[in-house]
Amino acid sequence: MSDQKKPKRRDFLFTASYAIGAVGIGAAVWPLVDQMNPDKSVKALASTEVDVSLLEPGKSITVLWRGKPVFIKRRTQEEIFEARAVKMDELKHPEKDEDRAKDPEWLVMLGVCTHLGCVPVGDKGDYNGWFCPCHGSHYDTSGRIRKGPAPTNLEVPKYEFINSNTIKIG
Amino acid sequence: MSDQNYVPSSKLGKWFNDRLPLLSLSAHLREYPTPKNLNYWWTFGGILTFCLVAQIITGIVLAMHYVAHTDLAFASVEHIMRDVNYGWLLRYFHANGASMFFLAVYIHIFRSLYYGSYKSPREVIWIIGMIIYFLMMMTAFMGYVLPWGQMSFWAATVITNLFSAVPFVGESITNWLWGGFAVDNPTLTRFYALHYLLPFLIFGLVILHIWALHVPGNNNPIGIELKKPSKDTVPFHPYIVIKDLFALLLFLIVFAFFVFYAPNILGHADNYIEANPMVTPNHIVPEWYLLPFYAILRSVPDKLFGVIAMFASIFVLVILPWLDTSKVKSAIFRPIYKQFYWILVIDVFILGYMGAMPAEGTYLLIARVATTYYFVHFLIILPILGKKEKTLPIPLSITDPVMGVSPNPDMVKKKEIYN
Repeated sequence: MSDQKKPKRRDFLFTASYAIGAVGIGAAVWPLVDQMNPDKSVKALASTEVDVSLLEPGKSITVLWRGKPVFIKRRTQEEIFEARAVKMDELKHPEKDEDRAKDPEWLVMLGVCTHLGCVPVGDKGDYNGWFCPCHGSHYDTSGRIRKGPAPTNLEVPKYEFINSNTIKIG
Repeated sequence: MSDQNYVPSSKLGKWFNDRLPLLSLSAHLREYPTPKNLNYWWTFGGILTFCLVAQIITGIVLAMHYVAHTDLAFASVEHIMRDVNYGWLLRYFHANGASMFFLAVYIHIFRSLYYGSYKSPREVIWIIGMIIYFLMMMTAFMGYVLPWGQMSFWAATVITNLFSAVPFVGESITNWLWGGFAVDNPTLTRFYALHYLLPFLIFGLVILHIWALHVPGNNNPIGIELKKPSKDTVPFHPYIVIKDLFALLLFLIVFAFFVFYAPNILGHADNYIEANPMVTPNHIVPEWYLLPFYAILRSVPDKLFGVIAMFASIFVLVILPWLDTSKVKSAIFRPIYKQFYWILVIDVFILGYMGAMPAEGTYLLIARVATTYYFVHFLIILPILGKKEKTLPIPLSITDPVMGVSPNPDMVKKKEIYN
């Protein structure tokens, strides 16, 4: 054939059929993939309210939010001082304590080690903050990573005081 | 093949076989010519088939009593242990069966490494085997999560968090795997579904594995290709069947020891504490059969590259037939490879031990050296060794060395005359 390179009517039909077929298969597969994503009931639990009126300075509580532990720590003056005295260049993931704790007395953060998701233990480790027993990450009194394999600081979730006794997380 | 001319003796058999040649298949399996010098390391294929079938049977029965829900899973496992008739036996058999399965598969893999069974023309058998091995690890991991103890929960958390190392989309992937923002009920139910599914995929792959094996036939301890059938082969039945069954009995003695006398020795006491997302156990380690990979993961200081190294350690095995450049299969005739083989075995044991130890100080240093050596063995030593090594003379048949004939070039001519 002399005009083999010239696309024919039939080539167009093949290409169009493949394209429509691919879109169709993609549309059929997507629900099968997306059903594994967090569902509406999981997302509905997006916020949690915690009464913190009984928390003494130096004490912390752990609450569950979206299946994850959240540390709420009422820090002592020494702990606040220690957290704020750290120079930025000593930090692996530089963040000011002022940005992590809006009210310096209250530190709210996810109790999930940023390495592989274990729960760090409070008042442990080389920096008087938290220590993750799984692979040995040390966090300071602001929950910032200081030593060990974790790449980032403990995450601060979105939260607010809805009155002087109650914190709303999420 | 010898069975192509098979004709069933009965009229009914012939009628059926003409329509679905199952009887021909059975005849092929019976007559399948097998090298007569196979040693006991070759019996693990049969043992592994037994392990898979036993896991599927005990698993189906356990599924009749287990409840996949975070509130009920732990209690349902205790219910199996205490209330269900023979439930303790079924669960201990299934849990220890996983360990026995991996014990057998490691012996099977290392046999292949020693005798060069992965080499041409058996690359596809090897690759299917590696896929089976990978699916086994996934199945075992998901099965470990089902009792919903502390180790189950934190194993699920740590392993799924590996995917959070993926740049940009890591968090979306983990949320997708979990079906939430942490390991929770949606995670448990999907792991249960997949834990039930994957063994059947493995079963299908085992059929392909055996099919691919029956094309070139078995490798053998001296690693030469044989004329089949010939004086170098014996029919699979009864010779190999009886030998495999005897080896299986010996294997079952070890199996039974664990099930009846030390059913929890390979597990962790922490898994008898119900899952608690608020507290991580002080020392979490995977099951013994995953420890070498865990050691590789932890020996890399960067989270993403640790995950890549772990997957790469399995992937180098997949491409092994092309990394090992030596044409000689069996280590019997490769004096230098033989030494590196044993160093690799020791290296993997060291990695396993380091995986169980805390990742700090000297342990971490040793784990790093062992990890490096693991990759050096496959990526540097094997390709070079295949080209440089002076191998020993290879016999022309299995029978010849037994009959005291030394291998020499004249043999080739003699053989031609005899044939």
